Amino acid sequence: MSHLTPDPNVSAGSAYDGLLEHHEVAGDSSQWAFGTDFEDPLAGVDTTVPADVDPAALAAYCLMLGDDALVMSHRLSEWCSRAPDLEEDIALANTALDLLGQARLLLARAAAADPAVVPALPEGSPVPAEDALAFFREAGDFRNVRLAEVPNGDFAHTVVRLLLFSSVRLALLEQLASSRDPVLSAIAVKGVKELAYHRDYAGRWFLTLAQGTDESRRRLEAALRELWPLYPELLTTHPVEQSVAEAGVGVAPDSVASAVEVVLEQVLAVSEVDRPDGQPLAGVRGRTGRDGLHSEALSRMLAEMQVVARAHPTGRW
Amino acid sequence: MSVRAREVAASVTDPEMPMLTLEDLGVLRGVREEGSRVTVTITPTYSGCPAMATMRDDLVHRLADAGYTATVEVSLSPAWSSDWITDRGRQALRDHGLSAPGPTPHRAGPVPLTLLPVRRDLACPRCSSTEVELTSEFGATACKALYRCTACAEPFEHVKEI
Repeated sequence: MSHLTPDPNVSAGSAYDGLLEHHEVAGDSSQWAFGTDFEDPLAGVDTTVPADVDPAALAAYCLMLGDDALVMSHRLSEWCSRAPDLEEDIALANTALDLLGQARLLLARAAAADPAVVPALPEGSPVPAEDALAFFREAGDFRNVRLAEVPNGDFAHTVVRLLLFSSVRLALLEQLASSRDPVLSAIAVKGVKELAYHRDYAGRWFLTLAQGTDESRRRLEAALRELWPLYPELLTTHPVEQSVAEAGVGVAPDSVASAVEVVLEQVLAVSEVDRPDGQPLAGVRGRTGRDGLHSEALSRMLAEMQVVARAHPTGRW
Repeated sequence: MSVRAREVAASVTDPEMPMLTLEDLGVLRGVREEGSRVTVTITPTYSGCPAMATMRDDLVHRLADAGYTATVEVSLSPAWSSDWITDRGRQALRDHGLSAPGPTPHRAGPVPLTLLPVRRDLACPRCSSTEVELTSEFGATACKALYRCTACAEPFEHVKEI
């Protein structure tokens, strides 16, 4: 290799000169890591709510799908630098990034449909609506399924969770692609392509761990037993989901149950793993994740995720 | 204006794969020019593509250099497909040691589960051997998979079909 490394201390030809190249663009701070130049993932997209659709119900539904993606993305990103090897580290981070992108679009769509869902911030705060929803809501305001928030276990645990999560989400988004809301439809079409890779990844690792060593199979079966009681919640239809499904903008999870079952049975059969017989984890007085009923683990996760934003709500320090 | 806004926007490169222009990558969806004001429409490759803000900034800067005031809008539909990478873009990828995507599968009905590695018909961009094996479907950026050539033993990246 014969690359010349520029000396950052020499002003002529410094590697950092380019950072200031465009200072003539008035008010531009995009070259700074902590610039105030936020972006809207739906900039320029027509977010008009279709006629005869209740904006509040649409927003509540977008929060459900968005919070599933946000919380699952955060759990996956906790693997960063901790996965069994570099390839899996990168794979889990990629999956987390796809879900984070879906979460941003869905939270932005929720805010555009019904601004009342966005927490109030101090006047002059540059925090956009999607970030206000992610960083300034309490655990009880999150609408994700509880499967997404369970603390990480070993790698087999993540494989099982991702298989259950992505199998259901892929089936939901395949149907959501024909939503009457063009924004949700576009988010779904894109998400399907991404989730197909996530589900294949989880399915292949499920098979690999099941047919690997006695220890890998033991861990896989233990993870499956632990997480299985949280799976039925993913296919239970909440009244909000029922109402948006009837309005033609959303999907009722129970309507995709048989499609998901076909996929899971296929993975279990090829892997020669028996379907667990654990009972569904009950809600509390009928309330589950979709109602804002969560485990303590979500509060701890959010405390870490939200601490910096909450300490600096005006984006200045 | 001596240089048309369309040409300026089309010459801006992708921040993650700078051998490709935004036009060759297929993310540049439209350039609307009204006097010195320009509205550029781009579409993300993946939902979480972290390069969108950089693309927007680069478009605004390059167009400002050419005397335009630019606004960048996002288009989500139709969703980006690797099929939109131009022939010139595919050649640029190969010239830089990357493997270009094959055609995306067209299917009707539910997305099938694939428990075995996807067979792609591709060759090592370094030695042209077809003796290659998939290392991972996920790479350094959202749009790339990792491969290894078993003939020359070098790793290489493949832009995924999506």
